[in-house]
Amino acid sequence: MTVSQTRVIQRKITNLVFVGFCFAVTAIALTALALILYSLVSQGLGGLNLDIFTKDTPAAGSPGGLLNAIIGSILMSGLGMVIAVTIGILAGTWLAEYAGMSRYGVVIRFLNDVLLSAPSILVGLFVYEILVHPFKSFSGIAGAVALALLAAPVITRTTEDVLKLQPIALRESGFALGTPVWTVIRTILWRGSTSGLLTGALLAFARISGETAPLLFTALNNQFRSFDMTSPMASLPAVIYQDALTPYPDLNKLAWAGALLIAASVLMITIIARILSTEQKRS
Amino acid sequence: MNALAPAPADTSVAAIDKSTVKLDVQNLDFFYGRNQALKGVSIPFAANSVTSLIGPSGCGKSTLLRALNRMYALYPGQKATGKIIFDGEDILKPGVDLAMLRAKIGMVFQKPTPFPMSIHDNVAFGVRLYETLGKADMAGRVEESLRRAALWDEVKDKLHTSGLGLSGGQQQRLCVARCIAVKPEILLLDEPTSALDPISSAKLEETVTQLKADYTIVIVTHNLGQAARLSKFTGFMYLGELVEFGETEGMFTHPLTTRASDYITGRFG
Repeated sequence: MTVSQTRVIQRKITNLVFVGFCFAVTAIALTALALILYSLVSQGLGGLNLDIFTKDTPAAGSPGGLLNAIIGSILMSGLGMVIAVTIGILAGTWLAEYAGMSRYGVVIRFLNDVLLSAPSILVGLFVYEILVHPFKSFSGIAGAVALALLAAPVITRTTEDVLKLQPIALRESGFALGTPVWTVIRTILWRGSTSGLLTGALLAFARISGETAPLLFTALNNQFRSFDMTSPMASLPAVIYQDALTPYPDLNKLAWAGALLIAASVLMITIIARILSTEQKRS
Repeated sequence: MNALAPAPADTSVAAIDKSTVKLDVQNLDFFYGRNQALKGVSIPFAANSVTSLIGPSGCGKSTLLRALNRMYALYPGQKATGKIIFDGEDILKPGVDLAMLRAKIGMVFQKPTPFPMSIHDNVAFGVRLYETLGKADMAGRVEESLRRAALWDEVKDKLHTSGLGLSGGQQQRLCVARCIAVKPEILLLDEPTSALDPISSAKLEETVTQLKADYTIVIVTHNLGQAARLSKFTGFMYLGELVEFGETEGMFTHPLTTRASDYITGRFG
């Protein structure tokens, strides 16, 4: 009896130590996050005003906002996400449903994993070589392609993973009705994994929304408002990078406001997507 | 010949009237890669009646069932040789249109598999693959199918809510409705009640009883009581072979082989 009691106590202590360790580590991570958010909000809120949304980036000493950068970011991330979601979902679906363990499948899956962790500056350099250098001009399109190349592997991976979570019996009952493969994928598997697919796209968006390096090589920057995606374009990360490094306090302030905007937009899009996906599940 | 007449114990093909055979399996071998799962199985399935396949786990019941609608064709390593004659045609021959075959031979699985869409769309799903029906006609077909699956009264007020919101037993009857909406001739049921509670199982059995007048039904089951209640004919399988086949009543009261007798009396399996 006494022997087993010591064991129980030992087990309880081990459990306590482990749980305590988990708590501590979580606390450290959350503290770091809170500190980052605190400095972001406290510094960024001060710079936030109507001018941010109505005026273009100024020269040092004159008033201005971030409108050109906001427009550039929306256009480039938007186009980049359209490209990445198309490629990523199709590629992930191919890997999950068609490739299986075939040699092609294994190689492509491996290469995708390599791309997943490729330094973004290399992607920028690559796009510079194929889309900037030959056309002799930095452009918004090149920026969007660079962002797409960063986002697509994330979406490919998550798409494959969430499709594989769908039970085999679900696929088989589709085929048992004589449904063609493509219809099973479209109407049963994709629909059943909407929230997972959405999460993948969001992760990818979060990854690219703060990218600076690939944009400096591709879209460069632009002091002026531009909707022309064939010419250089401003973006929030590029403006933050540029303004944060200047010795002028008003430009530094603008950079903080830009950083806050990026964080807020990622948060907002995540919340909206969550709401949409839960509503869709309910219906 | 009468199924109750003494048949040689080593043969599996007991006599049923040839003219009533809807689906005739002849000398079927089945391979998972190099692994042979069925050995020379011959079994007739009579029209408009239920045939049970019983036997211990791994004996090849489900494998046989999945050969009947060529479900195995999804997997490159699996292969069947022999003949399965359906309405005079060998469905194992190359060039058979699998979509048309599966429209005529429906299948319900062990676990309920409602599609992620409304109850109405679940039932309409298969119909849309083969027919273009107007809204009213489709609604009629959906209602008819749900009624036949004994689910209509429980779902008629929520046809446009998700099929995933139903209970397990209701989901399984929804799968039956989805299957019969396509108007198949044969229904393959792969342990359809093994994931259900007793009350839901009883309801599903009721559904099967209602359907047997119009369909050729093959049911794989581990529940001997269920086989006895539902089926006119029973095949007992063991280690990939059909050990005994005959009218259910005869087999359950006077099994011809020791193996079948041991299994039915609960001595093994």
